[in-house]
Amino acid sequence: MRETFQEHLAELEQDIFTMGEMVSIAVNRAVKALRERDVGEAERIKHDDKYINEKRWEIEEKCIYLIATQQPVATDLRELIAVLNIITELERMGDYAEGIAKIVVKIGDQPPVKPLVDIPRMAEIAIEMINKALKAYTERDDKSARLICDQDDQVDELYTQVYRELLTIMIEDPRTITRATYLIWTSHNLERIADRVTNICERIIFLVTGEMVENVSKY
Amino acid sequence: MSLPAKVETKNLNMFYGDNQVLHDINIKILPNKVTALIGPSGCGKSTLLRCFNRLNELIVGTRVEGEILLDNKNIYENGMDVVDIRRKVGLIFQKPNPFPKSIYDNVAFGLKINGTKDRKQISETVEKSLADTGLWEEVKDRLNTSALDLSGGQQQRLCIARALAIEPEVILMDEPTSALDPAATFKVEELVSQLKKKYTIIIVTHNMQQAGRVSDYTGFLYLGKLVEFGRTNEVFTRPKEKLTENYISGRFG
Repeated sequence: MRETFQEHLAELEQDIFTMGEMVSIAVNRAVKALRERDVGEAERIKHDDKYINEKRWEIEEKCIYLIATQQPVATDLRELIAVLNIITELERMGDYAEGIAKIVVKIGDQPPVKPLVDIPRMAEIAIEMINKALKAYTERDDKSARLICDQDDQVDELYTQVYRELLTIMIEDPRTITRATYLIWTSHNLERIADRVTNICERIIFLVTGEMVENVSKY
Repeated sequence: MSLPAKVETKNLNMFYGDNQVLHDINIKILPNKVTALIGPSGCGKSTLLRCFNRLNELIVGTRVEGEILLDNKNIYENGMDVVDIRRKVGLIFQKPNPFPKSIYDNVAFGLKINGTKDRKQISETVEKSLADTGLWEEVKDRLNTSALDLSGGQQQRLCIARALAIEPEVILMDEPTSALDPAATFKVEELVSQLKKKYTIIIVTHNMQQAGRVSDYTGFLYLGKLVEFGRTNEVFTRPKEKLTENYISGRFG
């Protein structure tokens, strides 16, 4: 038994979970700051993104070390490859949250163009997807991973809805164009976050079954 | 596997006295490929290797059931010429075992006992065999010095050259690098990759990473049974059997 190696792998799993939580919290905070037009909080979110980035480098460093010294094969190898891919996705998701925070800084002091309903709903689903994906990862549950991908369609639909609605608002009142465009960007970021959760799910399926799949939700 | 097998076993069972050491082995070894046999100590991988050139029968009390086909001919059939089989199927041992003779005589030995008299032909074959193992440049100025003065890695490559001199078709290697340092090991591994262009190679190794590096196909044996056999990249990234997975990732053995 290679106990030390197994301990390292368990530690990595914990690291992924921690990083995932950091991302899910960042998304939640960013959308809350948007709704509450809290520029101070938005600045803090921008600042905190560096912790997510640092966590990513830390995990990558550990993977490189394990590959170099332990010559992992089979599930162990797939685990490390999956982790390397998952952290890249999470890091980008953190950037999207930071992007939303930057938008809050830009438009936070201006009157809202509309009451925010669909955007928080998108965030809610995206965060739920992140949390489910983390659970599927720790439980090595490829079936759940496949199901999570279906939720991405809901986020896509909401995105289309938000987009149309904001377009109408801009046509009716061109003074809202800047603010409404920023809101489209926000919803786009959320849509991308959900997409990246599906990428993570593909990696979970790879980790468990060795099967490389794409567009899981379509099957 | 569309190519015809170079070596194939059919329901191979092997006994040392009452003790059955191989159980129903069915394996197809493809030509010009490197096939690695892996498994924990005592799993039967060396025994299987030695069946391929009938070396096991030198041990009293061994019994073989089933068939081993070399180019579709059963090598265990009555009337098969054992010497001819061993000429076609060479074996490299774990520890380099050069004869206490000169470098030249080591490589020329097989030719001479096989009756080759033509000196020019012998020296050409010696040079070619040494060149094929990458040893020629290292030893060409001291061909008449004792083979025992060579380093371990050179001795092992000399043994490979000695095997090549009689133009075998299959080369069996029983942990050929376990007595060598890393640099010599990589040289032998590189040599294996070169040699497969001309020969069919079956290698027994304890070193999992070596199996991964040098082989095209991998067979995993456990308690005398062939648990899994397939392309090396498949076996090492997505083994079908849990037992294989546990062994190659160091969870037992």
